[in-house]
Amino acid sequence: MPSDPLVAQHVLEFPGGYTRTTGPVVGRFLSELRARRLVGVRTAEGRVLVPPLEYDPATGEPVTGEYVEVGPAGTVTAWTWVAEPLAAHPLDGPFAWALIELDGADTALVHAVAAENVKAMETGMRVWPVWRDRPTGHITDIEHFAPEVTKIVSPVRAEYRLQAGGSLRVFLEGVARGVLLGGRCERCAKVYVPYRASCPECGGIIADTRELPDTGTITTFAINNLPDPRAPEVPFVSAYILLDGADIPMIALVADVPAHEVRQGMRVKAVWVPESERTASMANIRWFAPTGEPDVELS
Amino acid sequence: MREVAIVAFAQTRHTGHDTGLSEPELILPVINEVKERTGLRRFGFTCSGSCDYLAGAPFSFVSALDALGAWPPISESHVEMDAAWALYEAWVRLQHGDLDSALVYGFGKSSLGDLRTIMTLQLDPYYLAPLGLDQLSYAGLQASALGAEREELAEIVRRSRADGRANPYALDLPDPEGDDGLVAPPVTDGAAAVVLAAGDLATRLTSSPAWISGLAHRIEPHYLGMRDLARSASAADAARAAGVGKGPVEVAELHAQFAHEEIILREALELTGDTVINPSGGPLAANPVMATGLIRIGEAAQRILDGRNHRTVAHAAGGPCLQHNLVTVLEG
Ligand SMILES: [Zn+2]
Repeated sequence: MPSDPLVAQHVLEFPGGYTRTTGPVVGRFLSELRARRLVGVRTAEGRVLVPPLEYDPATGEPVTGEYVEVGPAGTVTAWTWVAEPLAAHPLDGPFAWALIELDGADTALVHAVAAENVKAMETGMRVWPVWRDRPTGHITDIEHFAPEVTKIVSPVRAEYRLQAGGSLRVFLEGVARGVLLGGRCERCAKVYVPYRASCPECGGIIADTRELPDTGTITTFAINNLPDPRAPEVPFVSAYILLDGADIPMIALVADVPAHEVRQGMRVKAVWVPESERTASMANIRWFAPTGEPDVELS
Repeated sequence: MREVAIVAFAQTRHTGHDTGLSEPELILPVINEVKERTGLRRFGFTCSGSCDYLAGAPFSFVSALDALGAWPPISESHVEMDAAWALYEAWVRLQHGDLDSALVYGFGKSSLGDLRTIMTLQLDPYYLAPLGLDQLSYAGLQASALGAEREELAEIVRRSRADGRANPYALDLPDPEGDDGLVAPPVTDGAAAVVLAAGDLATRLTSSPAWISGLAHRIEPHYLGMRDLARSASAADAARAAGVGKGPVEVAELHAQFAHEEIILREALELTGDTVINPSGGPLAANPVMATGLIRIGEAAQRILDGRNHRTVAHAAGGPCLQHNLVTVLEG
């Protein structure tokens, strides 16, 4: 024996495919399929075979000439999940093979079921055929079966036009300059940020704006696992940040730190977009990032 | 009915990979082994079982005859099935009464291609094969129909693999990881041969012939949706016809390529807890397709030839999801 294996590739193939006659029974089923109908054939004992065979498998007797429309929906009586489809399988992604008892049939059809995942499959579930665009009279005219429709997705979208007048305009004009503006209530001696025209506690008018630093402390936070167009990645952290000198925290994103390392009392600083890109929008602040200072004890 | 016995059995040390041996080279040692064991150089009838699709070469069984020394011409036949059915044909031939001995052999090199897709070619060309339904998929449908506990299935695989490790002819396979019940049978290359002898010749060739007291096979519809996949009506019918229940069964060698098939077959053959199942490790430990069923008969017969048991049963299967079942009862 040579030390290196001598290996050759070898393919068995019938170029162009193998021509087969169907006979009248299988041919009838395939012709009906081409017309997007599912039929079974009745046996002498009255059972409906789907797909039709020329004989009754129980008795060996020829079937009758009576064809019965069945389905199109059916019930799954057994199934198995295919996590990694083979090239010859009808679907590219994970799917299930199933025995499907079509409505009105006494036997089960074998076909593929396109389900979202294995948890969406169960014995007894209802499935419907999904047809190929141009049926040709072939079992694959049914691309696959799909679970019965039990829910739909309704898109919701409405557009609004928001105008910043009053105190919000004052605040955003500050943000455009790279400054966070708060307001101090003289009566309550509390600083609110963003700037607002009245004190939520006493109802008094807040006249004076006050510039606040862009540093602060995280008072509480949430780790979000659903994507958000404003967030850098998933998971991302949204946090309440008490700016230094303010009495009310502001909500903002926290980044440049692994989500699981974010904690209450962490010192953070705003990360601003470059000056040339700034507008009168909170988008000027990408997010807050840790400063590296020691944590603060929250009262 | 003429009394016919198995008087010799030989099998290769099966491999999980292609060793590069041609089919005649694979068969030659086992043919020589049964010739030496019986002292017979020529046989009244020769019958083999194999599948051309395994090698992807038409009439590959003809070139395998090179291992026999078929000149001057021998009386020879072949089944495109597991060689257990070749044994059935040889047994029927011996019933004619004019011949006293038969050589039966089977071989398969599953390693040459992808068995999962090759087995698709046995499905009907109208309804099943065009879907690309593969061997693991239709076995999965049967496991689903049966609904066996995963732990029970995993235990069958563990037991079979452990028994296989103790069998020098089977593969040395580790326990499967996890408790997935649908463990595929191993890809295996191998061959096996059996010698049948009728009447007096059998007792002259060995002191303890394994007499075939019952032999029957039954088949069911090929289409999976036309059967109750959780049961094997044809295995039950074959077992009744072969007379499995007429006495205690000490050992049963079952052609169960998947763990759930063993559960279905135990019920169909009405085997009790006293019966030892697949002490050889069975197809889950070595599965040279087209010889696997004959090996079940050989393993069950060998226990009688060795004097270890008095009454054993062998089962062979063909077709998708145990479509076709052959049951043999052997007695000492
Ligand atoms: Zn020669």
